[in-house]
Amino acid sequence: MSLHPIIVPKWGLAMEEGTVSGWLVREGATITAGEEIAEIETSKIANVLEAAASGTLRRIVASEGEVRPVGALIGVIADGDEEDAAIDAFVADYEQRFASEAETGPSAPSPETVTVDGQGTRILVVGDDDNKIPAVLIHGFGGDLDNWMFNQSEWATGRRTISVELPGHGQSDKNVGDGSLQTLARRVIAVMDHRGIESAHLVGHSMGAAVALTIARLAPGKVASLSAVCGVGFGGTVNRDYVEGFVGAQKRKDMKPFAEMLFADPALVTRELVDALVDYKRLDGVPEALRTVADNALGATSIAELEAATAGLNLPVLALFGAEDRIVPTPGAPAAHTITGAGHMAHMEKAETVNARIADFMTSNDR
Amino acid sequence: MPQKSYRQALNEALRHEMRRDSRVILIGEDIAGGAGCEGEEDAYGGVLGVTKGLVGEFGRARVIDTPISESAIMGATAGAALAGLRPVADLMFVDFLGVCFDQIFNQAAKFRYMFGGKAVTPMVMRAMIGGGFRAGGQHSQTLHPMFTMVPGLKVVMPSNPYDAKGLLIQAIRDDDPVIFLEHKAMYDMTGDVPDEAYAIPFGEAKITRSGDDVTVVAFSLMVDRANQAADLLKKEGISVEVIDPRTTSPLDLDTILESIENTGRLVVVDESPPRCSLAADVAAQVAEHGFEHLEAPIIQVTCPHTPSPFSPTLEDLYMPSVDRIADAIRKVAKK
Repeated sequence: MSLHPIIVPKWGLAMEEGTVSGWLVREGATITAGEEIAEIETSKIANVLEAAASGTLRRIVASEGEVRPVGALIGVIADGDEEDAAIDAFVADYEQRFASEAETGPSAPSPETVTVDGQGTRILVVGDDDNKIPAVLIHGFGGDLDNWMFNQSEWATGRRTISVELPGHGQSDKNVGDGSLQTLARRVIAVMDHRGIESAHLVGHSMGAAVALTIARLAPGKVASLSAVCGVGFGGTVNRDYVEGFVGAQKRKDMKPFAEMLFADPALVTRELVDALVDYKRLDGVPEALRTVADNALGATSIAELEAATAGLNLPVLALFGAEDRIVPTPGAPAAHTITGAGHMAHMEKAETVNARIADFMTSNDR
Repeated sequence: MPQKSYRQALNEALRHEMRRDSRVILIGEDIAGGAGCEGEEDAYGGVLGVTKGLVGEFGRARVIDTPISESAIMGATAGAALAGLRPVADLMFVDFLGVCFDQIFNQAAKFRYMFGGKAVTPMVMRAMIGGGFRAGGQHSQTLHPMFTMVPGLKVVMPSNPYDAKGLLIQAIRDDDPVIFLEHKAMYDMTGDVPDEAYAIPFGEAKITRSGDDVTVVAFSLMVDRANQAADLLKKEGISVEVIDPRTTSPLDLDTILESIENTGRLVVVDESPPRCSLAADVAAQVAEHGFEHLEAPIIQVTCPHTPSPFSPTLEDLYMPSVDRIADAIRKVAKK
């Protein structure tokens, strides 16, 4: 007998509940593991839920439009010949256990603030298995830990993963120093040292990929592999209109068009996502921090130097690109590494594809 | 993100700004009182403890107790602002406005204009508003419509801890007189509040629920009740958009009109008597500027035109409730 629960996933630190915005398969349909079975909407963004097991979708517990807390049962996958009574019992048992666990509080990993180089730096650690080489995740310009909401736990199977909030970003300290790639890279290296990580797979998004490249230059021995998602420093040109617009936007209405540029499908940009960006930008020190980073780390000279210096790096590199990236458009990107239907936030918009490509790449470089 | 109460959020805002700018001072009754008494290391911190801990850090020169004279408090505050300080006055209950009408309406609000733009008046008047405290007719009013109608004043009504902190910081950094109205039923409300300082600009509404069928505009404590009504009605298949203007002067009419364009229906919720209320003001402006989009009459949900009753049962009926808001939404949604 094998019965598998389908539950509301935890995508991102702030996610407490999800709306089942649509089922992509009907009750009674045969499904295979990895198949897209439902659309779940968080308060920030919608995403597709994949089946964790193969079998028959025997029961839809939460119908379309229903809002359920993270971890709640929304459906059951089982063998086609499983008895209805057994499904009923499974649902009742799961819901009872879920209710009692809810009372004892959540066990999901929560971010912590570590002090490195005298600066508070927020990190999120998921996974504690050190059999494989750990992964260090670096977000892009204006990003935060939540950028990896659909990815980090997927890479944490058998592997320790640490996402780092760069100086001036998220809830890390707002002092960015000279705002150069070297300064940002040194902070990530300091976090790795603080956690006793000798070598890691670096995964960088956008400017985070340029930070990862800089780490590889400063401390080549610390980098087992480098995965870049829509990375700066991989042949594309940074869209200055976006950078200036993001830095300059004061109000929600000014920010919305720039948030929409991040995705191939602008409908993915919710009110909450824009509000969160505007709230972040209103913290004291953030406008100055972003200005400094935009002028230095993302300055034309800085990127040209980076590309020249990294051309000869001897390092396993996987560079993925979004076919509809409007922030770092890379027309010359190889088709095999270009993700269709994805904009600049390819790891959010096409999370399944990016997760699988990077997971395979890291595994092949674990040795 | 750290969870903090509305009271803590306000205290943090005052502390951030007093640390950042030595011109920021506090003036009010009992805000330093009790400090140094036997068994009491710290001041009581005002009647509801918002300024607790500040006299210890900043001293009595910057946390100033006054006699029981609202006219003296507001006069001293307006004068200190004119003279280059950035005072924050605590009027305590907004109902005491009557004894300092001139200082606020005819002096502070007018300085910039009377002196040809050569004077600025960077002062904040904090006051408690609202009912639900069983405090009777003289301690339960909101009075925000009276401030809102006076040009030269900015009027702020935070509906949650996050906004309370960011709007109070903006109020202190603002160069004009700001009336900052705190609902007394919300001091223990908790929510996400960053440790850092941040300023929320005035005149930007917050959409607290997105929806397509009916627009609800609500202020202060009424935002939470409108949200509850929206969540209730979602289960009935009615999709409600809730807008919290956050400041009544300036008022973000654009966000309200954009929403009406989509929904065609408006309910305004205001915890004040109906005549010349903010509900009446918003309804009139939407009727004037958005009439072509309206598909149903505008409904105002307010208190009745009578002083707040002391009887708890009557007070509960007096204030707009979640049920009354939900009923109004159902009524326009059907048309």
